[in-house]
Amino acid sequence: MDLFLQLTLAGLAIGSIYSCVALAVVMIYQATDHFNFAQGEMAMFSTFIAWTFLGLGLPVWVAFILAVAASFVAGVIIERVVVRPVENAPVLNQIIVFIGLLVIFNNVAGWIWEFTIKPFPSLFPEDLGFKSDLIGPHHMGVIALTLAVLLLIFLFFKFTRVGLAMRAAAANPDSARLVGISVGWMLALGWGLAAAIGAVGGILVAPIVYLEPNMMSGVLLYGFAGALLGGVSSPVGAVIGGMMVGVLENWVGHPAVSGVVGFNLNELKLTFALVLIIGVLMFKPNGLFGLTVVKRV
Amino acid sequence: MARPNRITPGLLIGFLIALAVSIAIPYVVSDFVTYQFTLAMAYAVAMLGLNVLTGYNGQFSIGHSAFFAVGAYMAAIMIEHFGLSAYSALAVAAVVSFFAGFLFGFPALRLEGLYLALATFALAVATPQLLKFDAFEHWTGGVQGIFVPKPEPMIAGWSADHSLYYFALAVLAGLMVITWCILHSRSGRAMMAIRDNPIAAKTMGVNLPLVKTTTFGISAMFAGIGGALFTYASEFVSPDAFNFFIAVYILVGSVVGGIVSIPGAIFGGLFIVFAPNYAQDLRLAYPILPPPWAIFGIFLILLIYFVPFGVWGSIERIYAWTKRKKDR
Amino acid sequence: MALLEVKGLKAYYRQVQALHGIDFVLDEGSITTVLGANGAGKTTTLRAICQMVRTEGEIRFDGKDVSGMATEKVVQLGIAHVPEGRGTFVRQSVEENLQLGAYTRNNKAEIQADIERVYDYFPRLRERQKQQAGTLSGGEQQMLAIGRALMLRPRLMLLDEPSFGLAPLIVQEIYGIMRRIREHEGTSMLLVEQNANIALDLADHAYLLETGEVVMSGESHVIRDDENVRRSYLGY
Repeated sequence: MDLFLQLTLAGLAIGSIYSCVALAVVMIYQATDHFNFAQGEMAMFSTFIAWTFLGLGLPVWVAFILAVAASFVAGVIIERVVVRPVENAPVLNQIIVFIGLLVIFNNVAGWIWEFTIKPFPSLFPEDLGFKSDLIGPHHMGVIALTLAVLLLIFLFFKFTRVGLAMRAAAANPDSARLVGISVGWMLALGWGLAAAIGAVGGILVAPIVYLEPNMMSGVLLYGFAGALLGGVSSPVGAVIGGMMVGVLENWVGHPAVSGVVGFNLNELKLTFALVLIIGVLMFKPNGLFGLTVVKRV
Repeated sequence: MARPNRITPGLLIGFLIALAVSIAIPYVVSDFVTYQFTLAMAYAVAMLGLNVLTGYNGQFSIGHSAFFAVGAYMAAIMIEHFGLSAYSALAVAAVVSFFAGFLFGFPALRLEGLYLALATFALAVATPQLLKFDAFEHWTGGVQGIFVPKPEPMIAGWSADHSLYYFALAVLAGLMVITWCILHSRSGRAMMAIRDNPIAAKTMGVNLPLVKTTTFGISAMFAGIGGALFTYASEFVSPDAFNFFIAVYILVGSVVGGIVSIPGAIFGGLFIVFAPNYAQDLRLAYPILPPPWAIFGIFLILLIYFVPFGVWGSIERIYAWTKRKKDR
Repeated sequence: MALLEVKGLKAYYRQVQALHGIDFVLDEGSITTVLGANGAGKTTTLRAICQMVRTEGEIRFDGKDVSGMATEKVVQLGIAHVPEGRGTFVRQSVEENLQLGAYTRNNKAEIQADIERVYDYFPRLRERQKQQAGTLSGGEQQMLAIGRALMLRPRLMLLDEPSFGLAPLIVQEIYGIMRRIREHEGTSMLLVEQNANIALDLADHAYLLETGEVVMSGESHVIRDDENVRRSYLGY
């Protein structure tokens, strides 16, 4: 039973990170109908930026905040400069742009910081004042920080004027313009926030998977799976979806399950994500919490 | 152009010249460069497959590395475990890849545009891990992979490199002709009708599911054949050689060459193999330059802004423009 | 000087030309209506003023040429557009819709006061303050759309077929409120309508559009008494 609880809590922790990525994906999708395939690489790059700040001697939390802020600015700039020209272009062109960004970020990171694996410190100290057999300090911190970030985002969207304007611009860009909202800048803001949230996810996952340019590809896949499971039209759903994917992933790796199936499912986690994605897309394309979108012929 | 070209005299002459040049190449360059051209043709075959699927049928795939891997591994397994010749193994690889694509085509029916891209993205990311899976290790060689000796020369007296080059050339040329025939048939028109207006196509009696899944199968088959050729050239398959970036290479090559075209695949293949080499040479001279693929990422984005129709598309447009000037 | 002056206005949807050079003026404080059959270019005219479509020609609002400006900038000059189909933010609440209408304004107290004024005009909206806008009836959504436009404190309101799809009684109610708005706020209105009768009742001036051109214009009572107009547009 203990093992089960441990796996579940660890699952929630890693799931929180997937939730960050899932939320970033959903935010951009809601505003622009794009899937940003470069989200993972952008988060990885942000984590390397944080690592650079650490190298300059800055404390971990300062490096974290600076990297997240820098990611926000970068996200805004990327939307205005790189994504805007293909805003109304065919979908294939948009996909190419995201792939291009993916390739650029991955290779520039490899160029600047090389492909060797680097350890990355946790934001959370080993000694938190109390211990638990069921869950480690980093994982506890991950869950707490993620929930805090998500709460901030929720409050931002629900109670601030800009948050309302962003929601309006995403829901109905034409009407948003008619009340004087600059939809283009709302999109840029959305990208900025998504980049910032992605950076949080990257910095939280780096201590677990170690920092290197390819560290986020699996995480991104899980993030997508979580977003789809929760429903890409629902930010809350994306978060829950991310958590669920994390927990499921850990349960699937439980020795008992491997015993039943006959082989070690731990080695097939990415395939699990793939099956989940295709399964959701085929049978519940709106996810568990999303709205049904009816397409007019 | 959204439709494949008529065979004009110009096109035919161009094709024959290209063929003649291709035949001459191994006699003019070193064995290593011949190997590079063979690699380029392997990619070109896969890119041709992607052109058929995305350019002519409108279904996205950023996961063609998976089918490339299926073909590559099938060929390797047939040779290593069943003692088949390279040429029979290629046929097996083609058939298996076709079915892999055809089967994937079923869930793909339900997925539109971006969602299909996402599903294929997941497929590509998951493939290396699947290939490393220990239950399959007996067949796939696990992380170590499989060594595949270069195929015996087709004609005695030829070097293995030359022989493989001409084999790949024959396969590529043959597949290009086959593609041209398919696109000019009723099936081809159905494919393109689905791309342009699926609902109208349906009302005109096109069997959407059948055409779409079959196209996926054909596209995967091409990718698988490309994978097998790749295996013969590299003499080695391993899981990490077939990661997501291979899918990126295939996509980039298709787009650079011109995704709605047949000859575009050739330019794509040449680009993917030779451009990084030139970029690397440039870097040796000017160490300050970033790695090739960082530059290519920027180049790709600029390409899609300004020249989304690729090299072949540009050739077509220039040709049409000069024709208009002459007609005045 | 007129509040809105349009000269030689052409409008295009991609390659298709929808307006072939129309002229009209709208004086401050007046209500002008643009009438015509389906496809005549009435909605296009309103979209052209807000720069939601590609235009050629002059559009002067308060002396300033707005052609080439971004829609949100045109709006900030004081033009509120109640679009075809209401354009409500269906997932947001009634109150949030009104707050969005005041996006360009900063004074919180004034905005709150204006929200109350809108509720005074449309008591039904006060009842449904917290409700999601998409759950409102057609008539209520039209009221919300007009209310949202009022939140801008516009000098000019553009209304695109406010009677569309609404029961006659509701239409009467809404038009009555529009009359009161003109009286109390002094807002000028450019009103596009297919229901010529009720539009001519409210408006001071009228323009008749046919396939992108102005075929008739004048004071509304003159237009209404014209035989041809009566037969073609008023049905008797």
